[in-house]
Amino acid sequence: MDRHDGYRRTLRLYRSGLLLAIILTAVPTALVHWAGLSRSSTLTWVLLLVLAQIVVHLHCFLHIGVKRSGRNELGLILFTAVIVLLMVGGTIMVFFDQMQRMG
Amino acid sequence: MNSSHPVVPLPMKAGRPHDIEREGQPRLLGFWVFLMSDALIFALLFAVYATMVNATDGGPVGKALFDLKASLIETLLLLVSSFTFAMASLNLTYRPERLGLLVTWLCTTLVLGLAFIGMELNDFRLMIGDGATAQRSGFLSAFYALVSTHGLHVSAGCLWLVVMLVQLKVFGLDARVRLRLKCLALFWHFLDVIWVAIYGIVYLQGLV
Repeated sequence: MDRHDGYRRTLRLYRSGLLLAIILTAVPTALVHWAGLSRSSTLTWVLLLVLAQIVVHLHCFLHIGVKRSGRNELGLILFTAVIVLLMVGGTIMVFFDQMQRMG
Repeated sequence: MNSSHPVVPLPMKAGRPHDIEREGQPRLLGFWVFLMSDALIFALLFAVYATMVNATDGGPVGKALFDLKASLIETLLLLVSSFTFAMASLNLTYRPERLGLLVTWLCTTLVLGLAFIGMELNDFRLMIGDGATAQRSGFLSAFYALVSTHGLHVSAGCLWLVVMLVQLKVFGLDARVRLRLKCLALFWHFLDVIWVAIYGIVYLQGLV
């Protein structure tokens, strides 16, 4: 029965993952298509929904959680996120500063 | 006790789902390290894109080039393929005796992946037909670098999937094949995550 329970639980996780992913794709698409909000708030909302969808994918499909079995992967992801933040954030900051000075 | 013969722990008895989930953990973690370094490549391509997004040199801009409907369909193809691969993993872990079901889900995933690549190539063809080639402007160079790197990854994933289908046929579902399928599942879901970022940041934000 343990095996059967595991199957059902995982199946539920994948189904909710698919559903959430589709919703989180549909909402920003609708925001852009019908353009109800101002430009800057649309950009911000799209970015936030992308981040939310990435979290959904990591949780539902890649099984990342705070449980002990997934701690190593979580640590790797958080470390990568810090490096990405430094490199991408740093690049964008330097380039935009440079553009403003030259323009 | 002879000190030159260290005590070797007995291998775990495989077969039950609980043990199957634990076997090959260190290798899966190693694959995670690869995925995260791959994520850094994409992160820097995103950074390049962000710095180049206004460098259009009077050429075509994203708003005129991108097709919301096509990119939405591509996104849905990849989302559903991620789900079908998840279903394959589910059968791999809990119902390994039903090999036909596993193969069906893997083939569905392959078809969806190939459809995605076909649509992306068609997008590129239309864009290039409109004069939006990679050498037209810094913006387009960064765009093609980012999006086609992802496309190449998906192509590699499809090739890997074909290889795994052959291995399933030749070796059956032994421990090695099982582990490789798990790595491929991680790779596939990872590519989906990257595409979600591309769809949001390149296509949707470009169309605002």
